[in-house]
Amino acid sequence: MSENDTEGFVVFDRVQKSYDGETLVVKDLNLSIARGEFLTMLGPSGSGKTTCLMMLAGFETATHGEILLGGRPINNIPPHKRGIGMVFQNYALFPHMSVGENLSFPLEVRGFGRSEREQKIARALDMVQMGAFANRRPAQLSGGQQQRIALARALVFEPELVLMDEPLGALDKQLREHMQFEITRLAHNLGITTVYVTHDQTEALTMSDNVAVFDDGRIQQLAPPDVLYEEPQNSFVAQFIGENNTLDGVIKEIHGDVALVELDNGEIIDARPVNVTRAGERTRVSIRPERVEANKERLHPDAHTIRAEVLEFIYMGDVFRTRLEVAGNENFIMKSRNAPDQVRHKPGSTIEVGWLPKDCRALDMPS
Amino acid sequence: MPLPAYATTKDRIWYYTFRVICYAIFFFLMAPILVMIPLSFNAQPFFTFTSEMLMLRPEGYSLRWYQDFLGSDSWMRSIRNSFMIGIAATILATTLGTLAALGLSRSEMPFKGLVMALLISPMIVPLIISAAGMFFFFSQLNIAQSYLGVVLAHTALGTPFVIITVTATLVGFDHSLTRAAASLGASPSTTFFRITMPLILPGVISGALFAFITSFDEIVIVLFIAGPEQRTIPREMWSGIREDISPTILAVATLMVLISVLLLVTIELLRRRSERLRGLTPG
Repeated sequence: MSENDTEGFVVFDRVQKSYDGETLVVKDLNLSIARGEFLTMLGPSGSGKTTCLMMLAGFETATHGEILLGGRPINNIPPHKRGIGMVFQNYALFPHMSVGENLSFPLEVRGFGRSEREQKIARALDMVQMGAFANRRPAQLSGGQQQRIALARALVFEPELVLMDEPLGALDKQLREHMQFEITRLAHNLGITTVYVTHDQTEALTMSDNVAVFDDGRIQQLAPPDVLYEEPQNSFVAQFIGENNTLDGVIKEIHGDVALVELDNGEIIDARPVNVTRAGERTRVSIRPERVEANKERLHPDAHTIRAEVLEFIYMGDVFRTRLEVAGNENFIMKSRNAPDQVRHKPGSTIEVGWLPKDCRALDMPS
Repeated sequence: MPLPAYATTKDRIWYYTFRVICYAIFFFLMAPILVMIPLSFNAQPFFTFTSEMLMLRPEGYSLRWYQDFLGSDSWMRSIRNSFMIGIAATILATTLGTLAALGLSRSEMPFKGLVMALLISPMIVPLIISAAGMFFFFSQLNIAQSYLGVVLAHTALGTPFVIITVTATLVGFDHSLTRAAASLGASPSTTFFRITMPLILPGVISGALFAFITSFDEIVIVLFIAGPEQRTIPREMWSGIREDISPTILAVATLMVLISVLLLVTIELLRRRSERLRGLTPG
């Protein structure tokens, strides 16, 4: 390998993209993806994630900056010479060709001989458990089967990098979960580098080694799923990933990794300062519903507690969902496991809830 | 659709009137064509049914006009001309029309509506105006009274049909297929011939058929531009009627009807086949 290992296999270096020459869809993107990594670009529609994928595939050109693949700049290489496998949202199988011919296509244009082609096609179809379908036409397959064929076709010519553009968007929930598992298994077994675009956060969390959260043309946070969920770096990420309780207030003081926050109703709580720097700053404090605790025995002795009024109790089987009013926020959710000793709080009652300061993150106040 | 049980008298009257109107229209359209066929077997040099014919006597019928036609050098030349000009114009119109439709279907194409309108205009502008314009223009270029001139003129007439049919096919064309082909390593030309072309083929075939038929029965432009060497079948029929009124043209007309029907059937079968291959209809 010619590339420097510390550099990453895929590198976006200060990449910008504008369609109209005025507004930037992608603003100063810097991203490095290691060989064999499964990276997901996650974000709402219009956040620039698909544009990034299309620039990597070569269907869009970067207005500014450079994209490197294996250490080589690819800005001036046309899509068909990049050797990148791609799975499209609508599968994009060639309707006039059988499944076998679809898979044969990338091998034919690469000049593989007949026997070698057949061998590779058979292997790729077996990989996605579609060995018996080589003679079918795409129109005769179900959505899930078409998805598998699209995957096999993107892998059959053994690319080192595979891009996937919301490939599971059109499937039903059960099939989607199954395919999530299969795609990750295949990607890891084959050791290919994968860039996966989705707006589904569950997909991003369950499949990826790393997730890049996009918003407004920038990466808001790039981290492994657990870090992303537990340690969001700003309000957007906290709000976008998973369920999230927020309380607004002002920073009173910051000592190392503890900040005192005066909430808007005057109560004071401890929080971990994340992207707030000074006293007097407005802040939005974020706490995950499953980290809210009403049982004092389970709380750290010096955990801060706060009065809450129970508004609603929802029994969901494995968990209880309790809607509380906390410091003026009437949509404060507490999720607790359905354990034998778990209390089912009655609406109208007043309880004390608390959390560990490290689970309570003082983030920026979104404008 | 049979009458429903609850139909009122008014419904019934309308139901039958409607059928009568439909059959009348059908008769009106078909009768002039169909009446020509038996007349072309007339043993006498008349354009009317003789009493022998009406009595279905064999001596009232003959193949003399067909013999006349096949034995005539000028008719044979006109057939050759019609096919040569028709095929050449079809190839040109199909190529140009397909390329134009592909270009016009791209989102980055500027002035789409204007360009489309310009390309379609030969279909809308009265033929006599195009013909007169082309006559003067081609005379300047010294290609009036030449095969090239007639072929180019017919190409201009046929291209709009190809553009329209191919554009219609492209509306349903999934552009991610060409991206998929590129991601799989196919160059733009490979992508065109192996992915785009097979998928738009039904539209291309229909367009080509229209282009051919347009050229095959076109007379106005031929009158202006063709010299004696380039006389086509319609041109020959025209002078046939004006100069010597002979039932030969009935024989020619019958043959042309036959050719047109065969052509239409063949092309329609071809089109259905490629539509099926396209994977649009189950089969």
